[in-house]
Amino acid sequence: MGNNLTVSLSPHDHGSETTRKLMLGVLIALIPAFLVTVWYFGYAAIMVTAIAVLSCVGFEYLMQKYLLKSETRINDLSAVVTGVLLAFCLPVNIPPGLIVIGSLVAIGVGKISFGGIGNNPFNPALVGRVFLFLSFPVQMTSWPVPKGFLTGYLDAVTGPTPLSVLNESYDKVPVTDVMEKIPSHIELLIGNMGGSLGEISALALFIGFIYLLWKKIITWHIPVSIIATILIFTGLLWAINPSNHADPLYHILSGGVMLGAVYMATDYVTSPMSKRGMIIYGLGIGILTVIIRRWAAYPEGVQFAILIMNAVTPLLNMYIKPKRFGEEVKNG
Amino acid sequence: MLKTFPTGGIHPSENKLSAGVPIIDLPLPAQVIIPISQHIGAPATPVVEKGMPVKAGQLIASSKGYVSANIHSSVSGKINKIDQILDSSGYKQTSIVIDVAGDEWIEGVDKSGILKRDITDSGEVIVRKCLGAGIVGLGGATFPTHVKLSLPPGKKCDVLIINGVECEPYLTSDHLLMVEKSDEIMVGISLLMKALGVGMAVIGIESNKPDAINLLTEKSKQYKGISVNPLKVKYPQGGEKQLIKALINREVPSGGLPVDVGTVVHNVGTAFAVYEAVQKNKPLVERIVTITGKSLTKPGNYRVRIGTPVTHLIEAAGGMPDDTGKIVNGGPMMGKALNSPDVPVVKGTSGIIVFPKSESTRPKAGPCIRCSKCISACAMGLEPYLLMVLGEKSMYDKAEKERVTDCMECGSCSYVCPAGRPLLDYIRLGKSRVNKMIRERKAK
Repeated sequence: MGNNLTVSLSPHDHGSETTRKLMLGVLIALIPAFLVTVWYFGYAAIMVTAIAVLSCVGFEYLMQKYLLKSETRINDLSAVVTGVLLAFCLPVNIPPGLIVIGSLVAIGVGKISFGGIGNNPFNPALVGRVFLFLSFPVQMTSWPVPKGFLTGYLDAVTGPTPLSVLNESYDKVPVTDVMEKIPSHIELLIGNMGGSLGEISALALFIGFIYLLWKKIITWHIPVSIIATILIFTGLLWAINPSNHADPLYHILSGGVMLGAVYMATDYVTSPMSKRGMIIYGLGIGILTVIIRRWAAYPEGVQFAILIMNAVTPLLNMYIKPKRFGEEVKNG
Repeated sequence: MLKTFPTGGIHPSENKLSAGVPIIDLPLPAQVIIPISQHIGAPATPVVEKGMPVKAGQLIASSKGYVSANIHSSVSGKINKIDQILDSSGYKQTSIVIDVAGDEWIEGVDKSGILKRDITDSGEVIVRKCLGAGIVGLGGATFPTHVKLSLPPGKKCDVLIINGVECEPYLTSDHLLMVEKSDEIMVGISLLMKALGVGMAVIGIESNKPDAINLLTEKSKQYKGISVNPLKVKYPQGGEKQLIKALINREVPSGGLPVDVGTVVHNVGTAFAVYEAVQKNKPLVERIVTITGKSLTKPGNYRVRIGTPVTHLIEAAGGMPDDTGKIVNGGPMMGKALNSPDVPVVKGTSGIIVFPKSESTRPKAGPCIRCSKCISACAMGLEPYLLMVLGEKSMYDKAEKERVTDCMECGSCSYVCPAGRPLLDYIRLGKSRVNKMIRERKAK
């Protein structure tokens, strides 16, 4: 033709969104929770997070470059998100070696073995977390008590989490008696409780949730569906027998509900694509969380609930479709 | 709260660079190239020969069959040749090339600017005049207007919808036409209403064109049955099905036509062309074209004779910028990239966009992260990520079940994809294969 015109199919314009920007948005949303955890657990929290992020990114880079000999994709920041989320569900006094092992499992088994970003059926951070939890139960269940910024790494004082106290008391001691010995609702809200790095402050996590919604990085469907389900389910139990069940608000504020509902369950790759699918998925996570917390041996159930529903996601994608335009013929 | 359609939709940057620029007549080029197929349906048959003198408005190719359209000479001069020439489709097509000499029109065309408000023709005559004048849908789809004005037996239409949405970024030709030719458009709409036998017409205009909304609302008071409805800005509101849903809350069934829900949609440009054809006896030989682009010195809106080479238009807008990387016929979302700037403006050319090199290439595609932004963007409630996979893997039976044929190729999915995936490319592939399958099934 004698000219250098580009001939391509429409559309000829593209929005400004990129995978990297979305991941960066998730990291920004996690900043409030990170600040709270540093406030309560000290610089050890920075250490744990840094080790997890560096190992996740490092393993992803090494595996893509030398094992798969493919294009390296660490620039999309998804491995950074995995690292931060993994760190956020670890106790702050965890030995560095375990963090590296957890990162290796998260990235190697949880992500790269399935083909990297977009192909993993399970949330990589939770895969790493659950692997550590089942392999090193002692280290993974000794939860440090918040002692302030100057606490040294690995010399934290440990104690039970509110949920483990509750779990041991169900059907034995009236819950109303126990409630006086564990942190109050307000303390749970601001983060003054024993627990993993990122789960302690429901308020900080909620601020991040608002940011994610505002930036349209996630929609409300999954978090709201999970939280509403837990509220209703535990509310019913509590209404029937308040002396043998914790109140619904306590369930929402304690443990990993906020962290799981807002940041883990909403992981793009492992959650359903249609809005209706998202609601059902959240419903499942909510019900499973309460069942595990109340009747199973583990005090916390969010992580298992999310992983189980991750496995259901492909089915939901296959059968729960968005509402098609022109499906129902209406005459207005 | 302004009305809009409920499912999906996006907000691309508007870039209406030429919005305030009045329409001016583009000087005649030295030569025009008029393809015999500028509409949906059968190409017209040439009725002139090489060397013949022609006048502006003279029939040079006559419609062949029912779904087809007449083609008229847009200039006076001499037929240079009838040959296979590259057009905006990217293929060579039979075209009539005319050397321009003077500007002499056929007799009977009223070229004065005097408004002729009184409608004397019957509905049937109006339809016949549209057929005679070669009127096609000027929104871009170029479906012959006389066909759309003849309702299929058994179908009823109670409201006419006029599309003044112009939801494509960059384009402003409909906007300027509404501002400058409001009375003519109103008469045109009245003619369309008479032809269809409906008593009500609604003009849908997006709220980013307040001058057009105010003016047409004011004018509509003088015309019976016509009202203006401002709409929230959202792409692809100019899509027929989306516009019907937004304005009168009726949902065209999958595979159906607007007439299935008792309505017909025409573009404001078409309404104007119908006015000129019926009241002024003027065939469709010129149209308003937006010429725009960030690197052009003078983006604007021109009244362009059909067949004018795109280069001529770009010259008028200040010449081809050095950094030109792509020229698009139509809007940035649904327009076609041109192989060459020498192709002619045709009846369906609503705009020409000159893109700088920096905006001419696509982002590098990465893996799908299943963010479901494409699903949220799809105005038809489809799953573009899935349709793309089915297209890639040649799973056309499954693609048909997932309603790939509902896709109107608006490009919203590709636009929003953070991984920069070419969703629409593969959906188009799947759609064309499925349509072929359906045709073969029907043929049996």
